[in-house]
Amino acid sequence: MREEKDLALVLHELSKLYENGFQALSGINLKVESGDFFALLGPNGAGKSTTIGIICSLIRKTGGVVKIFGHDTDINFSSAKKLIGIVPQEFNFNQFEKPIDILVTQAGYYGISRSVALERAQKYLTLLGLWDKRAVSSRALSGGMKRRLMIARALIHNPKLLILDEPTAGVDIELRRSMWEFLQDINEAGTTIILTTHYLEEAENLCRNVAIINHGRIVQNTSVKSLVRQLQVQTFSVDLKDKLLQVPLVGDYQIRKVDDHVIEVDVLRNQTINPLITGLSDQSIEVVSMSHKTNRLEELFLKIIETNESK
Amino acid sequence: MNRYEIWIAFMTIVIREVRRFLRIWPQTIIPPVVTMALFFLIFGNVIGSRIGFMQGLPYSQFVAPGLIMLSVITNSYGNVVSSFYGSKFQRNIEELMVSPTPNIIILSGYIVGGMARGLLVGLIVSLVSLFFTEFSVFSPVIAFAIILLTSMMFSVAGFLNAIYADSFDDISVIPNFVLTPLVYLGGVFYSTSLLSEFWANVSLINPILYMVNTFRFGFSGVTDIDIFWAFTMVTLFTLVLFLISLKLLRDSPRLRT
Repeated sequence: MREEKDLALVLHELSKLYENGFQALSGINLKVESGDFFALLGPNGAGKSTTIGIICSLIRKTGGVVKIFGHDTDINFSSAKKLIGIVPQEFNFNQFEKPIDILVTQAGYYGISRSVALERAQKYLTLLGLWDKRAVSSRALSGGMKRRLMIARALIHNPKLLILDEPTAGVDIELRRSMWEFLQDINEAGTTIILTTHYLEEAENLCRNVAIINHGRIVQNTSVKSLVRQLQVQTFSVDLKDKLLQVPLVGDYQIRKVDDHVIEVDVLRNQTINPLITGLSDQSIEVVSMSHKTNRLEELFLKIIETNESK
Repeated sequence: MNRYEIWIAFMTIVIREVRRFLRIWPQTIIPPVVTMALFFLIFGNVIGSRIGFMQGLPYSQFVAPGLIMLSVITNSYGNVVSSFYGSKFQRNIEELMVSPTPNIIILSGYIVGGMARGLLVGLIVSLVSLFFTEFSVFSPVIAFAIILLTSMMFSVAGFLNAIYADSFDDISVIPNFVLTPLVYLGGVFYSTSLLSEFWANVSLINPILYMVNTFRFGFSGVTDIDIFWAFTMVTLFTLVLFLISLKLLRDSPRLRT
């Protein structure tokens, strides 16, 4: 069994009851290993942001324990905080300040001298493609640049645990991919990352482990691989070269016609897709391309949430 | 955090605060100086020349300490209330709250920032007042000590206001409807010896009367009130407000839900 100091995050029976009587968290237990890339998923209002708010002390818990690399936030508050970097959902920097000043000031709050802070600010602004914008007013930055600025700010004190609350929300695909690469690089360099996201593709591509939270409870906590293995049916969208006259029959596959050139095929977990292609070829139906109709994890996520709701 | 790191965090807040009010100097430095210059011109020279002497001093010399104090009070208060509320509004206060900076350092940083603006404006207003009147300093220690304490007290009061404020309206209510009347009725423009006994006694519950009179005493050696009592009261008020602010910074649901 691993010691708690080897775990980046331990949540034990974490609960939050708001003053209006809303029970946001009902005794959450969670462990995130050091070096992990961890996804915290859940529908809106599930308790993701409350959990993150409590971890970084913006929200007061009403019960339970939070430990960051073995430091209990109730006992060793300062040491725990030094180890966390947070990228919140909303822009929360002074929009009238320059990016370089925002970073150097943030470093100062962690007791980092100006000379060291300037070096680090240059490093992270360069890595995140913002060095050229270091001296402009932050409000002049685009949405994507503002998100990257918040990542640079969260890293300025070299935290061992980086928490990102929907960092790619509203970010275009190209930028999202470059942010993924950046996050993968810093994770490989040893930083533990916890990510909440609505893009389940993001969790599937980036994360090794995942917890799904709903109504303030963890309803699933496993590896992304084993989560995907739970998927029973995958739906493929198949583009056809020629106009389809009638829906073809191929083995046990469930096939639906979407339009004259597209069909959808349900493939069970224990089925392969080779017979599908062969069967279509035998009927002189030429396949141009094939893709997942929906994100696989998204389907599973909805199923888990539905199952949890019906309990 | 070790002591050196705490010092860096403290200085970071102070420098950020000073940079903030210097960056917007047309809003923070110039208006109070212009207003005070007008006060000196109208009350000191135009009307003052007809009033003559008050407490044995030429009227322009009598009002000068009060006007300097007025600018220190409003600017110390205004700096902290607008800066801290602005940080709450833009949510960049979260930058500080997620950091390991101790609450006492956060509060002290804001207070020193407020004092820096209050004292800078006070210094400029003092220099401007030399164009309109001349005065000697009776006790520089008393004058400096009371202005320092007053500036500190109103910086903390501004912090408290900012914690409770939910809108920009809330940060102007206290300065407009409480602070300004108290300052104007705090013996800036008149001596309480001119009032009837009843109103003179009512004036004694106004804490600003003590600050203005003590500051004036530092310049002229003339006062309506007990200087020792004034220092005791301002120190106690500052301490109580500081402790309340510290508690709210830790516990207030307006900062941490």
